[in-house]
Parts: sequence; structure tokens; C-alpha cells
Amino acid sequence: MLKSLISYLQNANLMIQISAVAIILTLVGIVFALTYFKKWGWLWREWITTVDHKKIGIMYLVCALLMFFRGGVDALLMRTQLAFPNLHFLNAQHYDEIFTTHGTIMILFMAMPFIFAMFNLVVPLQIGARDVAFPFLNAVSFWLFFFGAMLFNLSFVLGGSPDAGWVGYPPLSELPYSPGPGVNYYVLGIQISGIGSIATGINFIVTILKMRAPGMTLMRMPLFTWSVLASCIVIIFAFPALTVALALLGMDRIFGTHFFTMLHGGNPMMYINLFWVWGHPEVYIVILPAYGIFSEVVSTFCRKYIFGYKSMVVSLMMISIISYFVWVHHFFTMGAGPGVNSFFAVASMAVGIPTGVKVFNWLFTMFRGRIRITLPMLWTLAFIPCFAVGGATGIMLAVAPADYQFHNSYFLIAHFHQVLIGGVVYGLLAGMYFWWPKILGFKLNETLGKWAFWFFNLGFYVCFMPQYALGFMGMTRRVYTYPAESGWGTLNFVSTIGAFMMGIGFLFIVAQILYSIRHGERDTTGDPWDGRTLEWSLPSPVPHYNFAQIPVVDDMDAWWKMKQQQKEGIQPQKEPLKPIHMPSPSSLPFFMGLAFFICGFGLVFNQFTIATIGLIGVVICMLWRSLEKDTGYYISVEEIKKNEAAVRGL
Amino acid sequence: MVETTGRPIPDPKSSKHLHGTEEEEKNILGFWIFLSTDLVLFACLFATYLVLRTHTDGGPTTAQLFDIPMFTLETFILLTSSFTCGLAVREMRYNNLRRLLGWLAVTVLLGLIFVGIEASEFLSYSSEGATMQRSAFLSGFFTLVGTHGLHVSLGIVWMISVGIQLLRDRIHPTTARKLFNAGLYWHFLDVVWVMIYTVVYLMGVMK
Repeated sequence: MLKSLISYLQNANLMIQISAVAIILTLVGIVFALTYFKKWGWLWREWITTVDHKKIGIMYLVCALLMFFRGGVDALLMRTQLAFPNLHFLNAQHYDEIFTTHGTIMILFMAMPFIFAMFNLVVPLQIGARDVAFPFLNAVSFWLFFFGAMLFNLSFVLGGSPDAGWVGYPPLSELPYSPGPGVNYYVLGIQISGIGSIATGINFIVTILKMRAPGMTLMRMPLFTWSVLASCIVIIFAFPALTVALALLGMDRIFGTHFFTMLHGGNPMMYINLFWVWGHPEVYIVILPAYGIFSEVVSTFCRKYIFGYKSMVVSLMMISIISYFVWVHHFFTMGAGPGVNSFFAVASMAVGIPTGVKVFNWLFTMFRGRIRITLPMLWTLAFIPCFAVGGATGIMLAVAPADYQFHNSYFLIAHFHQVLIGGVVYGLLAGMYFWWPKILGFKLNETLGKWAFWFFNLGFYVCFMPQYALGFMGMTRRVYTYPAESGWGTLNFVSTIGAFMMGIGFLFIVAQILYSIRHGERDTTGDPWDGRTLEWSLPSPVPHYNFAQIPVVDDMDAWWKMKQQQKEGIQPQKEPLKPIHMPSPSSLPFFMGLAFFICGFGLVFNQFTIATIGLIGVVICMLWRSLEKDTGYYISVEEIKKNEAAVRGL
Repeated sequence: MVETTGRPIPDPKSSKHLHGTEEEEKNILGFWIFLSTDLVLFACLFATYLVLRTHTDGGPTTAQLFDIPMFTLETFILLTSSFTCGLAVREMRYNNLRRLLGWLAVTVLLGLIFVGIEASEFLSYSSEGATMQRSAFLSGFFTLVGTHGLHVSLGIVWMISVGIQLLRDRIHPTTARKLFNAGLYWHFLDVVWVMIYTVVYLMGVMK
């Protein structure tokens, strides 16, 4: 194994060799800095062993932004390669690896941790809870995600990245056509983080159903929390299908079974079905929380109750149910026959109905509202036209006969980037700007944020509008270069300019964060946006126990109502002060993730001794947890009073 | 009533834990949701098996392979273990630790016998050349039935762990909840086995 790794690096191209050196230097740098500033203990106590949902949320957010950077670099490398015809900036193999890692990272290691960051940072605060239902499991989820992402990201310097596309379709992804560890990295990296995602889904459903503040009935719940519930329901029923698809593909590759091979009766279409049984619901998993964020942002910055709250809830639930009945639209060309294709075409178009309801509700909320144009609102405003166009091209793709023309062309590429960037990324950025002061205690700089917004948003259209046209002109996805006679050169060049504009936009976001850490406006009130839901009743940053006293809720937009009542001299109802029970920190989640990582790494290289050691580690961690007595600890009333006086400046 | 409400008996001694039973209720709901995800996992494996069950590639078919007395015996043993597991939970309600542990031991023993029979079944198929590498049907068969067997094995380890905790901590809300969840898991595996019995074995020998 070691020999093959070394020979891979010796033969790799210069960019990969430089990256390998850079990774080693960065690691040495981090170790040196932690030792020099004596921060090891801090890292261990405050972050690695934490079970606090807010800190776990911050770690998810940091990882998501780092992965956004990595996936973005991949995108820029691809766009550079495609800027001119017959370019040889990247060779075919390298290009294949990069579009595979770009897709996988953006969906599974950027969008997923970003939504989990939002779940963790916001949901317990919004429903008046002190943590999630299972804080320990929450930490396990994070470390599984972290080590899964690590395993996947190691691939390009240790043996080669996966190169079979982010969907990993067999027979291409089978051993004869993809020898080497690449696809194994893909299978095991996603598998490990996927287990964590299922656990997160379970955790938040129980949190939302069981831990709401007294008086907060389901129909008084903030819409973001509703969207998380909808998203988690989709997670628990969709992710197991991915687990099975990847497990069977992995068995084909590692143990020589014949699920999806071309020989001995295997059926590659079975993988494609299983993959999209997860894959389509997955895009709703990431878009539903974004809808929730838009609802909160619109209602806060228009100072109005959301228009059509009940229809918002119903449409969230409808989308999560319909999401299971559309997966075949990813491969109408399979040729399942007119009956099957018609069913899935109609179901796919039906998703447009509840989505349309939501868009109109946001517009009606804004109608005659006094809109404050802040960063979250700016991204929300940009989302609506972008998503409307993306949705319309989606309906075009849903028309099964027409899809035979659009299938796997740049038209499709433009469509899904428009809904995933215009919907998910805009939503998550809006959410990040919106809740940043709540979690970290300061606002992000508006001016730099506006630069980021305009570069990213305009860059988006410059990048992707030409791709619709390229699709009609016959350019298919995953081609690494094209001849000059094709006539695709100009539009591709324009598209590349757009991609770099988006890259500049992202750099502005980085600059904005770095600048604001020192110079950002501090939030001393805890309610910088004049918010409406319970998280804004807390000081920023939120104390580790969240609520000193659990509030009693008697309406939608509970904090808004409380503020109105306070003006009339009515004090909000709260549960009496009593000692708060807290879960103890634990290092087990970290070690469990590490054990999974070791097991996965062994399987990637067919080293079954290493894999078995990892697996034994996992079982030991589970038994340890089962047998240990973890009753947590209590914070006394005096301590709470002292802390509340300090953070609220009383 | 443990079985009907899912609420383990509260222990008067534990009232100093303010979060006591509420915590256990959350755990049980979470476990139900986990079982539903596991059910989806098995559903996908069943779907794969059904697609591939006739893809024998000239190798052994279901009718040639399956041995009626063997899988019927497995079924009886597993169903009986589910019953004894239920008895253990019943003894928990009556706060009878010794009987509880006795029934739990019987359940674990039956589980071990089941896994043993399944392992010998797998070994005898393999020795006849019917390995999981032979055909798509056999890949599907070994994976579906093997995943169930792996779940049963994990259940055995879990029950032993819960047994140790019951010996150590006696019956109180936490151990009661753990036993209840382990029981739920065991019954769930029984339901999955009934599906395997029907879809894999009975449909396999009917021709």
C-alpha cells in the first residue's frame, strides 16, 4: 500500500505534488501554532469534546466554508480548462477527477454541513430548548461528517481522486473500469458521513417534537423549525437508500459481488435507481431549510407576520412527500416506458405547485411592507427571480419527451446550478448573515458584504445563462475539451468570466468575515434586527445553557408578541428559575469518528487488518458508551443569576 | 404498561433526577425513528434482491439451494426468542430482576443458535460453490440475509451489555429504557425475518 502511494505521488502532476507539500506544511504550521500558543488544551476542552449544539454548529459552519472554498477551486479549474477550445490546462483524467470531487464536495461536504450548521445554531434557540434531544449523538454526527470528509479529501494526494462523476454510476465505477482507490474513497467517505446525517435527522425530529417551550404548539412553531422538521423527515427516509447503494457498490469493488456489474447477472440500473431514490430527496433536504430561512428573513425585515403561515406549512410537507415520487426524472432515458415516465413527469411538475405557493407567500409578505435592505434581505430578494427561472427550466426538463434532448447537456447543468446556487447557497448565506450576530456576538460588515453580493450574484448570471444556450447547441456535460469548429468557444469564455466573478465574490465574503472579527459592529442588545422569534430574546453570544428560564409561548412569532406586550407593561411569562441539567462533554464521539476513519481507510486499500482494527474500535466505543454512567451535571441557581447579570449587563 | 405506552416504570429513588422519565421518553421516540430508517434500509435490500433473484447466471437457483427444514427451524427459533424477550420485559414491569435476567439469557441463547444455524447454512452453500461472487442472485441473497444476521449478532452483544448493566444498576428508568429499546429492536428483527422467510425462502422453494 505504502509503495503504491509513493509511486502515485511521484507520477502525479505538479499541481498535486505542490498540494501534497502544502498540506504537510499547513499541518506542521497548525501543530506548531497550537503548541506555541499553548492552545491544545483549549482545542480539546472547548471544541473536540464539546456536546454543545452551538459549538457543534460553529464547527459545521467552518467546515462548510472550507469545503465551499475547495469545491469552488475545483469549479474554477474546470472553467479555466473550458475557457477556450482545445485547451490542455488539465488532461482528461485530471478533469474527470475534478468534476467528480466538485459535485460530491458541494452537495455532501458543503451544502449538508451548512444546513446542519443552521439546524444546530438555530433550532434549539427558536423552540426554547436548552440543547438538542441527544447532545452526545449530535457530536457523533459531527465527527462522522468530519472524518468522512477528511477521508474523501485525502484522496487526491493519497492514491488518486474518484473520477466516475459525483453520481458514481456503474459499470464505469466498477473495478474493471475504475481500478485504483478513487471510487473506494468516494464510497467510504460518503458512507461514513451519511451515517452521521441519518443520526442528525433522528436527533432533530425528536428535538422538535419533544422539546418545544410550553405553549408552542406545532402551529405556533417558527417556519425555519418547520422546514427543519420537513427536511429531517426526508433525511430519515432517503439516506438509508444511499447507504444501501454505496454499500452494494463497495461490495462489488471490494468483495467481488455482482450487484451492478455487466457480468454474472448484475444490473447497473439498480444502482442508478437506488442512488436517485436518495438523490432527488437530497436536493429537497438542502432546499427546504433554505425556504425556512427565507421565511424568517422576509417576515423580520418587512416587520410583518408571514403571509399564509398555514399554507407555508402545508407546502413544506407536500414538497417533502412528493420528493419521494420524482426520482426517475433523472433518467427518463432509461426507457422505462410511457406509463412510468408519465407518472414521474407529472409528479416532478407537481412539485412546482407548493413551491409556487411559497414564492407568492414571500412576495405577499413583502407587499406594502417597509422592507429594510440588509444583507440577509438582499440575498432573499436575489433568490426569488433566480429560483423562478431555475424552477421554470426544471419544468422544461420534467417534460419526459423533451428531456431526451436536454438529458446530460449543459442545459441541465445550468438548471441545477440555478436552483442549487440560487436556492440553497443564497438561502444559506442569508441565514449565515442573519444569525451570525446571535451566535458570535457581532455583525458582519455590510459594505464588504454588498461587494460580495454583487460580484457573486451578477457572476452567477454571467456564468450560467450562457450554459443554457450551450446545452441547446449540443454541448454535453463532462467533456474536458471541445473543437473550435463547434462554435462553443465564445459562450464558454463568457461563462468562465462569470465563474471568476463568483470566485471574487467568495473572496469578499472571506475578507468580510476576517475584517468583522476585529471591526464588526458588536451586538449588545441580543436583538440586532428587531427579530420575531425566541432566539432574539437571548443575549448574544448565547450562554451555554441557552435559556435561564424557559419562556412560555402563547402565539406565533413569540418574541415579537412579548415585545409588544412589554410596551404595554405586561411582563412575559416564564418558568421559574431552577437548577439546569447539562450533558457532560465527551471525547468518545471524536474517537468513534477516528475509528470509522481507520476502518474506511483500510477498506479503501483492501487492507483488511487495518479495517478490522477500525471496526473493533467502533464496537469498543459503542460498548463503552452503553456501559458508562453519564448523568451530566447541574448549574446552580446562583451561578445562573450571576452569569445572567454579567451577560445582560444588569 | 411498558408495551403499550412505551413508558418504563419510574423509580421513586430516581426522583432527584429532575429530567428522569422525560429523558427516557425522548430516547424511546428516537429509537422508534431509528427503526424506521433501518426498515427503509431493509426495504432497499429487499428491492435489490427481488430484481436480482432470477439472475442466476447458470448457477444454483433458489429452489435448488434452500432447505425447507433448515429455514423453518431458524424461523421457529427466532420467533420463540422474540417471545422470551417479551417475557423478559414483562418481568421488568413486575420488578423481578432474577426472572428478567433468566429470560434475557434464554433470548440471547436462542439468538446465538439462530446465528449459528445461519452461519452453517452460509458455509454449506459456499462449499457447494454457491458463493456470493457466483451470481447476482447470490450476491443479493447473502447480503440481504447476512445483513439481518449481522443485526441479530449486534442485538446479542447489545442484550449482553444491557444484562450487565441490569446486574450492576438494578431496574431503574435508564436500564428499563435500555431493555425496552433492545426488546423493540429484537421484535423488529423478527418482523424483518418474517419478510425474509416469505420473500426469500417460501417464494424461493415455490415453483
